[in-house]
Amino acid sequence: MHGLAFDVAHLLSGSLVLISLMLLYQDRLYSLLNIFAFHAVFLAFAVAWQAFIQGAPHLYVTAAIALAFKGIVIPVSLHRMVQRLGIHRQIETVVGIGPTMLFGICLVALSIMVMLPVTEQADALTQEDLAFALSVVLLGLLMMVTRRNAVSQIVGFMSLENGLILAAAGAKGMPLVVEISIAFSVLIALIVIGIFLFRIRERFDTVDVQVLDRFRGEQP
Amino acid sequence: MAVIADWLVQGMQMALVLIVAPLLTGLVRKIKARLLRRQGPSLLQPYRDLHRLLRKEVVLADNASWLFRIAPYVVFTAIWVAAALVPTFATGLLFSWSADLIAIVALLGTARFFLALAGLDVGTSFGGIGSSREMMIASVAEPALLMAAFTLSLLAGTTQLSAIANFMLSQHVGLRISLGLVFVALLIAALAENARIPVDNPATHLELTMVHEAMVLEYSGRHLAMIEGAAFVKLLLYASLMACVFAPFGMAAAGDGPLAYLAGIAAYLVKLLLAAVVLAVFETSIAKMRVFRLPEFIGTALMLGLLGTLLLFVTRSL
Amino acid sequence: MMPSGETAMAAVLIIPAIATLLLAVISSYQAGATINVVATALTLCASSLLVAVRPAPTLYLHVDDFNIFLVVLNTFVAFTTSVFSASYIAHELSTGRLTPGYLRFYHAMYQVLMLAMNVALLANNIGLMWVAIELATLTTVLMVGIYRTPAALEAAWKYFILGSVGIALALFGTILVYLAARPTMGQGMESMAWTLLVSHAASFDPALLNLAFVFLLLGYGTKVGLAPLHAWLPDAHAEGPTPISAVLSGLLLNVALYVLLRFKILLTANAAALAPGALMIGMGLVSLIFAALMLYRRRDIKRMFAYSSIEHMGIITFAFGMGGPLASFAGLFHMTMHSLTKSAIFFAVGHVSQAKGTQKIADIRGLTESHPILGWGLVLGVIAIAGMPPFGIFMSEFLIISSTFAREPLLAIPLVLGLLIGIGALVLRMQGLAFGPASQPNTPVEASYVPLFAHLALVFAAGVFLPDALVSWFRTVATMIG
Repeated sequence: MHGLAFDVAHLLSGSLVLISLMLLYQDRLYSLLNIFAFHAVFLAFAVAWQAFIQGAPHLYVTAAIALAFKGIVIPVSLHRMVQRLGIHRQIETVVGIGPTMLFGICLVALSIMVMLPVTEQADALTQEDLAFALSVVLLGLLMMVTRRNAVSQIVGFMSLENGLILAAAGAKGMPLVVEISIAFSVLIALIVIGIFLFRIRERFDTVDVQVLDRFRGEQP
Repeated sequence: MAVIADWLVQGMQMALVLIVAPLLTGLVRKIKARLLRRQGPSLLQPYRDLHRLLRKEVVLADNASWLFRIAPYVVFTAIWVAAALVPTFATGLLFSWSADLIAIVALLGTARFFLALAGLDVGTSFGGIGSSREMMIASVAEPALLMAAFTLSLLAGTTQLSAIANFMLSQHVGLRISLGLVFVALLIAALAENARIPVDNPATHLELTMVHEAMVLEYSGRHLAMIEGAAFVKLLLYASLMACVFAPFGMAAAGDGPLAYLAGIAAYLVKLLLAAVVLAVFETSIAKMRVFRLPEFIGTALMLGLLGTLLLFVTRSL
Repeated sequence: MMPSGETAMAAVLIIPAIATLLLAVISSYQAGATINVVATALTLCASSLLVAVRPAPTLYLHVDDFNIFLVVLNTFVAFTTSVFSASYIAHELSTGRLTPGYLRFYHAMYQVLMLAMNVALLANNIGLMWVAIELATLTTVLMVGIYRTPAALEAAWKYFILGSVGIALALFGTILVYLAARPTMGQGMESMAWTLLVSHAASFDPALLNLAFVFLLLGYGTKVGLAPLHAWLPDAHAEGPTPISAVLSGLLLNVALYVLLRFKILLTANAAALAPGALMIGMGLVSLIFAALMLYRRRDIKRMFAYSSIEHMGIITFAFGMGGPLASFAGLFHMTMHSLTKSAIFFAVGHVSQAKGTQKIADIRGLTESHPILGWGLVLGVIAIAGMPPFGIFMSEFLIISSTFAREPLLAIPLVLGLLIGIGALVLRMQGLAFGPASQPNTPVEASYVPLFAHLALVFAAGVFLPDALVSWFRTVATMIG
């Protein structure tokens, strides 16, 4: 049983890392959003599995939130937003996809190298969970850094949050407060984002952050 | 007596790959044709092609060197040896100790190296384009293949294919994402190495998109037969490699009786049939990529191989 | 009858919550401004009561020596800022930069921000602390973008992105702290309560704690505005309404630093963990020198003072990084003084930019002639923030420098250098702003000078004479921080 529990957890959170890398690889907004939905779905499975093997029913709530909210509601609404803004063209990446992917792999290696020795005393399950969670977090950061487009920055941020939820779920017995608050804050974050996108649209017909830079009052 | 039997079985394997290889290619062509609602050539057409080419006169360019003439034989031999080393219907054969994943990658590398040199030798522009593209693909595909090999050997604790196959059959494997990643990586690398769609189109002579065909454009007669034959065997090699690593069911173990060997051969043929169907369906359903997108596509294999190796370090034995 | 500590603590949190709801439904902006002032005054009263009666710590909230003073400071500055905001906002409305609808939103958000900061300060639960900081960030993002100009939206967006990244890293750090605590303290809420954590910290896994602190330093350090992660701060200060700039600089940076210090205490309690001082000293010094150099090339007055905030946060972080009773004492003192002075400066700057109709330094000249009270108020504020005697910042900077000289003379050199560069820039700019012939236009402003001069008077008083009670409090907390 223990071996299987580990294997499935490893499989799910490993897939999450893989999907994070796939997010980096995408250069179209629609496919980016679709893959993000997958990311959320796998997160939901991973969290649900943690709930099952830890015997922590409150984690099922987190999983359900991830599935419904991040797997369905957000991708759909962002899809609509992209459609309405008419920005389903290619994403301009700052660096090419190849170097970004290589860098992403390096980040995965880094997080495994950092987390494994540090968490030596914890059980194997927590160790792999945290190492993968850190990878997802760092890959999300990388995505936010390498993308100029506001929508893909948001996707990067949300994939980063998925990594955090994975970490929180892997930390055995972590109180519910935190999980719910994460879900809640994502909701708030989306509202903020929504307002921003529409305001940005009103003002200068683009959500490309690079274009926004022009408007800064003062160049350093 | 036992030694002679071992020799026999090993010899059977070498003969088997040689005999089955054109059939596999013919099968893929046939299925592809049927999927396109064409009649398609007969399954035996590759044999006939080889036979015809072998009888034909060799036309050599004036400035072709000795390299140009020996390259086909070197290529064919290297690939044949490599293919014969991959366990097909049985593990633990006489030469199993040398059926090393890295050795196989090296043999394939040698073959590619000579082919590329031969492409450059005559000095035509097509040969040059072909060689340079082939090298571009190989520069990514080969590391990907090696990463996949590393992952597998780290997992099984050995680089010997026969031992890996036995490991895969055992209970120690478990569900591993690394295996999935390696599978996809190997698949992409195999497509690239065998000049299949989406990397290259084996049936085209369109000058802009040719890779493999451009390289061997100057060959004719028995030289071309060697190269074509090598291509058939190479496809078979990858199919049996995947079958051996990811579906080692039904393989006979060392010292089993002739019946077990027969069952192993039957299982092997079924696996090849499956591989042919999958390859044909896959090739029919997607389009060829632009050459400039290739490094990205094959790069994915490299990434997956790397990732597979990395994720391996997070194991349950922590 | 003396209310109990629990009631007072509840009041500190409930009053802003009720005020938020009220302000969200009341459409008249005058009433809104009044309610805002009244609510912050009531919160101030409630927090002052907390000084006298202290509730027992629960798993979620607690009051101890460290946070009580910051709560009082927080509610005090919130109160004075709301007074300033009332007069500032009236002018914004008359020039049409804001509409009544937006003002309603603004006032409600102001109270949410107060609530979030008070929760962050009073929280005993490291998860709750994080939630409160996230709430505060989101609120300020909305406020920074309230003018809806392209520049304001860009500033808000940048703040949002950087702030969220910081917050995400901080959460990862928080999770790691929990993981470090779990083996000794078991699963559940106890392993997240700070008071319990600190008493068990000695037996935590040091490697996990170290890693956690790196994440927390980067995460909350973003919110503090420390150097490599400061990019959001000048934009957010320059483009938002000035009361928000005052609250950001004077309070929110402090709150983030406070949270960071809580974790520093945790790390210090574990002998095997890495000493957090070196990291904090490094980040502090880099921020200080970088910001001091950046002060020279600023053309926007609010941006300039935003960089000054980075500089001072650098100094404070440096002081806490040095540690020890004296340096921590100085750090606390500087935190208080900076909070009061910087908000006073923003009060003055807000009115100045309204009077001159611009934030460009080049277009603002001769303030002491055109608006004597405002001009001299700004001059005093700049003198105070530059660290001249007799103001309180002089005292605290003097303490930091002398304690550094006593212990690490080599570190004192860059510290003094950074301070001098900063002073140079501020004095240079102040001359142009305050003296010489006045520039046009010169619209008179309906300014409320009380908050400005109240703050300056306090800073002056602290520089001349520090009451014994305050000194002994600072000492207690300094030993606690270590």
